[in-house]
Amino acid sequence: MPTLKCPVCGGPVEVPDDAMPGELIDHDCGVTLEVVKRDDGSIELRPFEGVGEDWGE
Amino acid sequence: MGLAKIGMAYMVARWEEKSIASAARKRGADITLIHLSSFHAVIGDRELGGKLPGVVLQRSVSHYVAVSSSLVLESLGLRVVNRGQATAAANDKVWSLALLRAAGIPTPVTGVAFGSEAAGRLADEIGYPVVVKPTNGSWGRMVALADDWEDLRVILEHREYMPQPEMKVHLIQEYVRKPGRDIRVTVVGGRPVAAIYRYSSHWITNTARGGKAEPAPVEGELGELAVRAAEAVGLEIAGVDLFEDPERGYLVNEVNPVPEFKNTVAVTGVDVAAEIVDYLLELARR
Repeated sequence: MPTLKCPVCGGPVEVPDDAMPGELIDHDCGVTLEVVKRDDGSIELRPFEGVGEDWGE
Repeated sequence: MGLAKIGMAYMVARWEEKSIASAARKRGADITLIHLSSFHAVIGDRELGGKLPGVVLQRSVSHYVAVSSSLVLESLGLRVVNRGQATAAANDKVWSLALLRAAGIPTPVTGVAFGSEAAGRLADEIGYPVVVKPTNGSWGRMVALADDWEDLRVILEHREYMPQPEMKVHLIQEYVRKPGRDIRVTVVGGRPVAAIYRYSSHWITNTARGGKAEPAPVEGELGELAVRAAEAVGLEIAGVDLFEDPERGYLVNEVNPVPEFKNTVAVTGVDVAAEIVDYLLELARR
């Protein structure tokens, strides 16, 4: 399970091995982070900006 | 023969999107993840289309992104499930109810008015209590219940002051006295694969809002009606929501083009993700 740095608080974030781009992770610091794939195939985390509308059920 | 190739377009990887990706891999299929917030395309770019899988599942959580990205992907020559036009129709409650009624499918009595006074006359015609809904939306958000004109007047006043133009379209529906539950049927490729009752002490019976779920029988009239409803709107994959009316029987309330199914799977044990992947693979083989 890779550990990345939270872009907001700088603390460690455990990212599941099967994480997909677009997956959301709630971090202890209160921010929701989104898994994003870089062009080189590696992943990074960024604060989730939200979709701003409805979710479908 | 190589691995069968399919794609999935999405914004947020929820439990459902992860299940679909996992089901595809279990079937030995090669699934391309199209994370839409990182995607762009020129309309009609067939060269780009040739690099993508021929069949793509639409799973965007955003209704607007779902419609636009489906239409763009179709312009690249790809077969998108659901089709962009069907997704647009399903997302608009007036459009979808009109298609359902045209196909002879029973729905709650619903009308549209474009001003407060006209909305008041419409509610009188339908009979109180009435439900006021946005034309686009899910999870029961912004849905309001009016017992009388005084309730309705306040709701309309709030709506008239909201800046969004769609708030000037007042969708007013009869309040169906359902037995403390509604029904969600999940349809995949013209088959009803699973159904649940959604119970709640609140009149909005949506499991995304904390309702309790139990399995419902998918065979017979219920499943057949859900399939007809999905087809009427042009949806191949749909979450069809129905009410049970004491006198009229099943009424189709709405059809969802990108249905969530976590609760359906938890309650029924039906592997909805595998059903979806099998349908996509069947299309990819054609």
